[in-house]
Amino acid sequence: MRIDCKHVWEHISSYIDGEVDAELRAEIDRHLETCEICSAVLDSTRNVVVLVADERVFELPAGFSDRLHARLEKELPLAGPP
Amino acid sequence: MTATNPEFEAECIRRILAGERSLFHDLIRPCERAIYFLLLSLLRNEAEAEDAAQETAIKVYLNLGNFRGDAQFRTWVLSIARNEGLGRLRKAGARREDSLDAETDEQTGDYTPALLTCWREVPSEALERKELGALLRKAIEGLPGIYRNVVLLRDIEEMDVRETAAALGITEGAVKVRLHRARALLQRDLAPRLEGFAPRRKAMFGWLK
Repeated sequence: MRIDCKHVWEHISSYIDGEVDAELRAEIDRHLETCEICSAVLDSTRNVVVLVADERVFELPAGFSDRLHARLEKELPLAGPP
Repeated sequence: MTATNPEFEAECIRRILAGERSLFHDLIRPCERAIYFLLLSLLRNEAEAEDAAQETAIKVYLNLGNFRGDAQFRTWVLSIARNEGLGRLRKAGARREDSLDAETDEQTGDYTPALLTCWREVPSEALERKELGALLRKAIEGLPGIYRNVVLLRDIEEMDVRETAAALGITEGAVKVRLHRARALLQRDLAPRLEGFAPRRKAMFGWLK
């Protein structure tokens, strides 16, 4: 069976996470060998996933941790034992 | 993401409950990032997310005796953060579709990706350019709430499907569907705009610049 582009797109996320079964993975790989559009869609999606996961994209506000622990220091004694 | 350590957590909890209050700082520290970003994704306001994160940490402390160890500690903490966020949204009278409880999965959207014929990889070093980080943040902030939360926990905090499902109170299937849609929306939004961040093609000859 030859799968079409739309079918590949439906499984891109699971494919990236390694969650498609061996048979489907082989079908997708075969499709990717000859379909430059799906290859570019897969590569760009994977690239986006890698970039958003970079710690530099989402950083805690400066001083966040200090303020959190200062508040805990102040409030936990008043809160009593857990 | 800081990896959590169940044995360290269990020991900490036992000692905190026995009176070593100061150990709570070490216990909560590995969860701080996930708490804040889950709340930021819900509340969409940095100052409120920070305040809610502090309240969450205090509630975690007060309820520590209720943690049974049948869930991961971080998952339990994030469910407290989620309740804190949802409580604040309810108070603010937020629209339902913007909350984590919204069930809009059956909505049919157009998830056709941006169609390209070739892709030049944008390397992580490109993040040295502030505009790239800003572009990525804006794209994620622009996602519908139920997709934003899943991307945040799965792709940004790198939690597994099971933990994400437990923290958000949804099924593992819903996590996968939402993640798939979110990534498709991000690809469609970002791929055409990321092109300028890819390194230029190497010149064929050394003297060509």
